[in-house]
Amino acid sequence: MRPENYQAKSQPPSNEYELNFGPNHPGIEGNYAFKVKLNGDEVLEARADAGYLHRGFEKLMEGRLWIQNIALVPRICVPDPVPMEVCYSLAIEEIGGLEVPERAQWIRVMHLEMSRLAAHLFAFGGHAATTGMYTPMFWGVADRDLVLDRFEELTGGRVYSIYNIPGGVRRDIPDGFLERLSSLLDYLESRLPDYDNLFFTNQVFVKRARDVGKMTQEQALKWGVTGPNLRATGLAFDVRRDDPYLVYDRIEFDIPTEPGGDALSRNLVRRAELKQSIHILRQVIDRLPSIKGPIRCPIPNPLAWNVPAGEAYTRVESSKGELAYYVVSTGGDKPYRVHVRGPSSMHAVQVLENLAVGCRLEDIAQIMFSLDACPPEVDR
Amino acid sequence: MSDIPYKDKGSILRPIKALSFLARKPVTEKIEPRPAAANYRGFHVNDWDLCIGCSTCQKVCDNAAITMVKIPGLPEDPVKGIRNERPAIDYGRCCWCGLCVDICPTSSLSLTTEYVHTCHEDELDSYFILPDPKGIHHKHFPKGWAKTADADLVDLERQPMEELDAEERLKSFDEMVEGFTDQQAIIEASRCVQCGMCHDSCPTHMHAPEYIRAIWEGNAEEAVRQIYRSNPFSHVCGRICTHRCETACSIGRRGEPVAIRWLKRYAMDSVSDLRIREIAAEGKVDYISGKKVAIIGAGPAGLTAAFDLISKGHEVTVFEALDKPGGMTRYGIPEYRLPYDRLDADVAVITSLGVKIQYNTRIGQDISISELERNYDAVLVAIGLQQGRSTRIPGSDHKQVKKAVELLRKITQGKAFNIPQSAVVIGGGNVAMDIARSLARLQKENYGEVRITLTALEDFDHFLADAEEIKEAREEGIEILDSRGPKQCVTNDKGQLSGLVTLRVNSIFDDDGRFAPSYDDSDEQVHPADMVIEAIGQMTDISLFGDELTERLEWNRGRLKVEQDGRSSEPWLWSAGDMVFGPDVVHAVADGHRVAASIEKHLATPGSW
Repeated sequence: MRPENYQAKSQPPSNEYELNFGPNHPGIEGNYAFKVKLNGDEVLEARADAGYLHRGFEKLMEGRLWIQNIALVPRICVPDPVPMEVCYSLAIEEIGGLEVPERAQWIRVMHLEMSRLAAHLFAFGGHAATTGMYTPMFWGVADRDLVLDRFEELTGGRVYSIYNIPGGVRRDIPDGFLERLSSLLDYLESRLPDYDNLFFTNQVFVKRARDVGKMTQEQALKWGVTGPNLRATGLAFDVRRDDPYLVYDRIEFDIPTEPGGDALSRNLVRRAELKQSIHILRQVIDRLPSIKGPIRCPIPNPLAWNVPAGEAYTRVESSKGELAYYVVSTGGDKPYRVHVRGPSSMHAVQVLENLAVGCRLEDIAQIMFSLDACPPEVDR
Repeated sequence: MSDIPYKDKGSILRPIKALSFLARKPVTEKIEPRPAAANYRGFHVNDWDLCIGCSTCQKVCDNAAITMVKIPGLPEDPVKGIRNERPAIDYGRCCWCGLCVDICPTSSLSLTTEYVHTCHEDELDSYFILPDPKGIHHKHFPKGWAKTADADLVDLERQPMEELDAEERLKSFDEMVEGFTDQQAIIEASRCVQCGMCHDSCPTHMHAPEYIRAIWEGNAEEAVRQIYRSNPFSHVCGRICTHRCETACSIGRRGEPVAIRWLKRYAMDSVSDLRIREIAAEGKVDYISGKKVAIIGAGPAGLTAAFDLISKGHEVTVFEALDKPGGMTRYGIPEYRLPYDRLDADVAVITSLGVKIQYNTRIGQDISISELERNYDAVLVAIGLQQGRSTRIPGSDHKQVKKAVELLRKITQGKAFNIPQSAVVIGGGNVAMDIARSLARLQKENYGEVRITLTALEDFDHFLADAEEIKEAREEGIEILDSRGPKQCVTNDKGQLSGLVTLRVNSIFDDDGRFAPSYDDSDEQVHPADMVIEAIGQMTDISLFGDELTERLEWNRGRLKVEQDGRSSEPWLWSAGDMVFGPDVVHAVADGHRVAASIEKHLATPGSW
């Protein structure tokens, strides 16, 4: 149609309008979008528009050998990839009846908690940026980088560890690693008051985040909310304690909760979990040197490995919430079906669509970051 | 509830606390380039001297980032299991997971701590890189993620094979190896990385990766089908093959090679003889060509050719001088290594396709070869090496100096002979081991003790017999002496053989590489024995050709001269097997195929017969 021929359709007078929020928007995590209907600044309706990062992971996995998927699963959630590897491995171990050596289990817990630290630092940094506070963002990312340094040393990769394989872990910890990890924990712990001063008790943030994206515990349970977001509604549910895996039942830690159910509470829970993760890691550092033995149980040649027929549903507590893998084997060298139950699918779609209604446009970004939803994992 | 005092609004002067940061080190600061961690998964290096081009890295790569590239200047040797291919990495696809490193059978591939690579505009394809020992920029970065024992994804240990112990073995000629159980076979088959080195090294290019895969899948019938693509003597080869496949096996670079021979045996033993016949018949054409082929000798070469030719619709008649088929596999190999019923099963598959075998028919005596020339469209001579060679040392014409092959034949046929109370075997090959170990069993049965000495020219580092044969022979009480050359057979006053005198060997070959052993005369030993057995090689009995044909045919140092495809200088006459290439079953099978293809081509060409 040529511009001169364009005639606007007559519409009834209204203050409502539609806006595409994303997929490339600084207030959105990754490539993700909302179609929002607004009345002025007020959101009347929000519709999640996912799929920009769809890579078909679940289908891809059906065409790859069991071991090859180890390199694939971390990519499902970029900021917190370790639970993906562990959860996938746990499922295969359950189907195949593999006994993971105790040392490997402790190393996995260490790896998981390091990943939680990195992910939470990233999350609060991201949230700070949505409220215009850029120093916490730089701090969060810079301190996360120190965790990545330890990842690099432990696993050979900074972001995608590809370190957990069915049966255990791929390498033992390097010499002196625990000492360096310990000093990193000391440093991070010393940073917590700074984070509080700058961000978590900063009234600019507190007032901005309070009562934003507020949900009740009932709503949270109905919508399938898990992880820190659920604990921010006052329910102390944590897979690590309530359905323990690895050696979490031998580790002492608290489950922080907040009653508010709003963006502020969610951040406060994450802030408290930083401290708990440090506490868990210190216990691992104490225990690990005394646990000798192999780091992996023998697995068959990966090119000719038929995992026995069966299915398993395994779940772990990732930094974003409950992550689960449902894996079906028909006895072949590849999975018959892998389903990923990612926490972000719920948080970024139905929860966000509900919470956004009634908020102001600028709060959408804040809600999304406070839910710590991960678009790559939504799309998979 | 967390203990974070977020409700505390604090003093109005609180922002002044921020001034304390003036004296502190910044959190975000410029960092300088630094070396990566010791375990880092950076760009690849590949030690080309260790790499054998087996392409296992390519198979495990989950991104299809690895392509095997032929490097013309590099050595290539299928027998040793070396290909002149090396992996090239597409760094546009690689995700640096390091699975290629963990599975590399040779441990030649590693990742380095190098992580920076940029390319110029004019070399946009520089993401596709062939890693060599120097790394992608030739800057010699240290290794990062490299093979460790913890993380090795290759299973280096073989499944144990149950065997009778030496004491039990000596009691009879029962088969000593018990074979894999189903579970063992599947586990053993799962060790295979499907590199195909075995296929390349096998003289008859058996489809070992395919049948190992089928065994792993629990499909023994499919394994037999794959086996019959290239070898109708698989019961035999599953037991006594010289298994060059295992020498070439890439898993054998650092560990024990996959037990390919035992897996073949397992597959053959798992399927009923009837079903094997049905599977073997699947490849047979459903028409009759009307052509007739005569094959002389019912050994592996002749019967393999018969199998191929009958499958193509030709009428095949095999003439065998003795009363049973198998040739040297029956009359040369003791039953404890190859039970006769297994050999019979292989032959029965071939005869079930319609091959006729005329036993007790010696060409040259019962039928002349010219008669075969007249009555058949093609004639194949595959009579093997039935006559033992003599050392021709003084005293070797004594009646108690025997040839190993002749003695082995007698044992198989059950013919009586005087079992020596003590014997010396001259020779260090598998035939020498066979006769020594067979005699050991007979001595044990008759005299209750083993008194056999085996003397070989070669030292133990260059011994001709398989290492396991040496080990087992020793377990059975046979004394093996290396680097001893025979000087003469000595007799006592009564003219009875009393022993063999040997000298220490200085060298076996002269400067030109010709066989010319030299001895140290000062180091002489006498080995008392009432029988000396020569096991130093075999030759063909060519009397069947007759004087006139022998004159017409071309010869090469005592062996019939043939073309590459086995055809002799006479257009109707082919030759195959041991008599052309020397003793080895699997070579004979390969040769049978080659010659059958040539005969088939000849018969399929109009006007050529």
